Amino acid sequence: MTAGGWRHRLSPLWIAALVHRLSGLALAIFLPLHFLALGLAIRGEGALEGFLRWSDQPLVKLAEGGLVFLLAVHMLGGLRVLVIENLPWCDGQKALATLAAAISAALALMFLARVF
Amino acid sequence: MNVRLYIWQRATAAVMVPLVIIHLALIVHASRHGMTAADILARTRGSVMWASLYGAFVIAVAIHAAIGVRNVVSEWSPLTARRAMIVGNAFGVALLALGLRAVAAVVLP
Repeated sequence: MTAGGWRHRLSPLWIAALVHRLSGLALAIFLPLHFLALGLAIRGEGALEGFLRWSDQPLVKLAEGGLVFLLAVHMLGGLRVLVIENLPWCDGQKALATLAAAISAALALMFLARVF
Repeated sequence: MNVRLYIWQRATAAVMVPLVIIHLALIVHASRHGMTAADILARTRGSVMWASLYGAFVIAVAIHAAIGVRNVVSEWSPLTARRAMIVGNAFGVALLALGLRAVAAVVLP
């Protein structure tokens, strides 16, 4: 591929599409584990409590902050796509994509500030 | 992606927008309190509201993720469209089963 063929990949909207896809993929990998963890409650309150106390570790909390970011950025990125497809076109899509990432990062940081 | 799948993916996305906002708000709210399993189950067990909310969430996410996985596998792997569909559908069914089991685990008295 020529250098010109890569240039579009520097566009914020191309990066937004990639982030949307990768965040969706990461959430798809995480979800079965999340459901298995919640399903521990079938074995009783103690099993779920054991998992929750394991999740108090700093590294797990950090990973949870990352998941909050992924969920928020995937939802806001998807919302932007829904708006583009169903409402009259509005300018400033690059700014909206950046805003979606900023809100997601702020939410993840808020989560981390509360758990640490 | 055909039109039918496109509409299902967008419709489930639209359904999930308010559900994700509620879920994120709950995560951030609960994060400060360091909740125990007893705290969580006391709120969820026997609750028709939580069962309906998260039951709908699981159904929507299973459909949405199945189509998404199918698309990613179809575009980013050498598998044929038919095999990508099988992978996506299998993933969606597994997610639905695990998700409904998880909802049952926390809402059934």
